[in-house]
Amino acid sequence: MNETVLIILAGAVLTYLTRIGGDIVLSRFDNIHPRVEAGLNAVPAAVLTTLVAPAIMNGGVPELAAMLVAGLVSLRAGLMTMFSAGAAVLITLRYLLG
Amino acid sequence: MSDHMKTEFWQGFRHGLPVAVTALPFAVLFGTLAVENGLSVGEAVLMSAVVFAGASQMVGIELFGQHVAPWMIVFSIFAVNFRHVLYSAAVGRHTRHWALWQKAVGFYFLVDPQYAEAERRAASSERLGFVWYMGVALPLYVLWVAFGWLGAEFGRLIPDTYALGLDYLLPIYFLGMVLDFRDRPLWTPVVLTSGIASSIAYVHVGSPWHVSIGAAAGILLAAVLAPGRPPARVTAEAGEDVR
Repeated sequence: MNETVLIILAGAVLTYLTRIGGDIVLSRFDNIHPRVEAGLNAVPAAVLTTLVAPAIMNGGVPELAAMLVAGLVSLRAGLMTMFSAGAAVLITLRYLLG
Repeated sequence: MSDHMKTEFWQGFRHGLPVAVTALPFAVLFGTLAVENGLSVGEAVLMSAVVFAGASQMVGIELFGQHVAPWMIVFSIFAVNFRHVLYSAAVGRHTRHWALWQKAVGFYFLVDPQYAEAERRAASSERLGFVWYMGVALPLYVLWVAFGWLGAEFGRLIPDTYALGLDYLLPIYFLGMVLDFRDRPLWTPVVLTSGIASSIAYVHVGSPWHVSIGAAAGILLAAVLAPGRPPARVTAEAGEDVR
């Protein structure tokens, strides 16, 4: 087995542990404290925000315009629509400005 | 398989399929970028099949391309995926009636949209059944691996990935997911805190730490702001429309 495959397998094992671990650890408690509950509820938005922030920091005009348009579209439409709108703005502006 | 189980399975499948379809561009993107970063097609497919976590796979192949230390790649994958501990704990509240092997199998497939769908199911009056859950998981998994393979095979045919915006599609998608969760309690302070903290960490600590640090800041803030007293109301709802 080469090194790349070993890295992938190790990453897979650790990923599986994160997926089973929360249940194994927290199922030992009968009641979940409200603060833990609130923390859990905040998880998706908190994590996903950290994946967006650097992209906004590093974005140029086409990237930021795409984010802005996608954000505005998402107020009225579903994810696929907002995603398509953002991609369209990005590709267009990169073509025009690139 | 009883008729009831079949119904449950197909109900789940109908939830999972459209979500899986929206992930296809990213599956293709992963395969394309993986091969560009020096992975073989087989390695790219293996990664999709066993890691099965889009964002961490993207981070992983980015580091493969930079020839950083192996343990650092493994650790980065782990850091990006650490959020699954919390998904697992949250979903675990609704899977107490599952057999051990069902948990062992089911949690393998606990990706972000799977989590969102499971929470939404549990928030409705329906019980979170294993068969329904696997009905959601099947299209997500099969299409993710299959289209990752397609991306790896045909990725080299894409002439100019920059012009097509391929490098920036993922952040737009993540933004959409963030906004999908906006009805949750404390959403605004959490997003602001995580955004600011991750930006600072990105500059001063570096990637991929900004993910763990930024997320921890937002989660801690939610825990601090939450009323400590009244009994835990199960407010975990999936994003209104994660697809």
